[in-house]
Amino acid sequence: MTNLYLHFDFQLVCKLVVEKILHDNDVSYTMSRFGELQIMSKIDDDKFEHIGKMLLSNGIFIVENQKSIVIEKIKDVINTMIFSDERLTVKSSIYLAQKMNTSYSQLSTLFSEITYTSIENYIILQKIEYVKQLLNTTDLSLTEIAYKLNYSSVAHLSSQFKKTTGLTPSAFQRIINKRRKIN
Amino acid sequence: MLQNTTYIILADDDEDDRAFFADAFKDLKLATKINLMEDGIRLMNHLNDEQNELPHIIFLDLNMPKKSGMECLKEIKNNNRLAGIAIAIYSTSASDEDVEETFVQGANIYIKKPNDFKTLKNLLEDVVTINWQYHTSNLNRDNFLLKM
Repeated sequence: MTNLYLHFDFQLVCKLVVEKILHDNDVSYTMSRFGELQIMSKIDDDKFEHIGKMLLSNGIFIVENQKSIVIEKIKDVINTMIFSDERLTVKSSIYLAQKMNTSYSQLSTLFSEITYTSIENYIILQKIEYVKQLLNTTDLSLTEIAYKLNYSSVAHLSSQFKKTTGLTPSAFQRIINKRRKIN
Repeated sequence: MLQNTTYIILADDDEDDRAFFADAFKDLKLATKINLMEDGIRLMNHLNDEQNELPHIIFLDLNMPKKSGMECLKEIKNNNRLAGIAIAIYSTSASDEDVEETFVQGANIYIKKPNDFKTLKNLLEDVVTINWQYHTSNLNRDNFLLKM
């Protein structure tokens, strides 16, 4: 028996699924940013419902509530900011406000209202998720990961990891490795 | 649309602990539905009955008579229908060995039962909120480990 460990390019997988479903339904569209489509073809209600169902069976929801749409955009900007290897030259609050063309305080209030967490916490959570992913799927050292994710030091990364998960990065890695041995 | 209510089951043989647990969710902003079970056998019978709705999170006391939390955890993780449910260990002990062993067996969260009600409330609010993030923000559940 062989164990394969998969690393998913999440955005690509999603794009391909959407592409297949819309193509099968003869819909022409462009994706202006991740998760936002501009539909060029005319779609009647029946077809819209059908496409909605197809997307849903693949785990994709059409967001219809205006506030939820803004939240998805904020999350998308944050994820792009974290997962692209570009180094930010401005504070993340300024970056977000510029990208969203809205004041940070407005974004922040809306975000907390809908998601039950603050933008700051969401950013930390996503960064720590990225650290976990890198620890599991690459040979990068913690020092290299700290540099890649813009942490001022390894100590800062370690303490944020511990604060967010309750575990040290090495304990986390040890547990995941032991799990793989059982499965 | 996404379902907004988090459905939670607690299995704990201590009656007081069950009552505190249920009370702690009362003032939470997030909508929750709580189901209390007195032991591991009842829990597993409930989960294995396909008529019943599956919870988003199961809180498991480790030391229960008849069937321990660890036995329940292993059964849940070895059952394809149940393996995706988030498991929170809810225990009076927090020895490093217990914590690590339950994580290795597939638990996502380990909570040492706090002594006062206010701390309990805050802990549970954090757990439900973070679990909610895993639901709604495309996070990888296999990497969801949280010790409180």
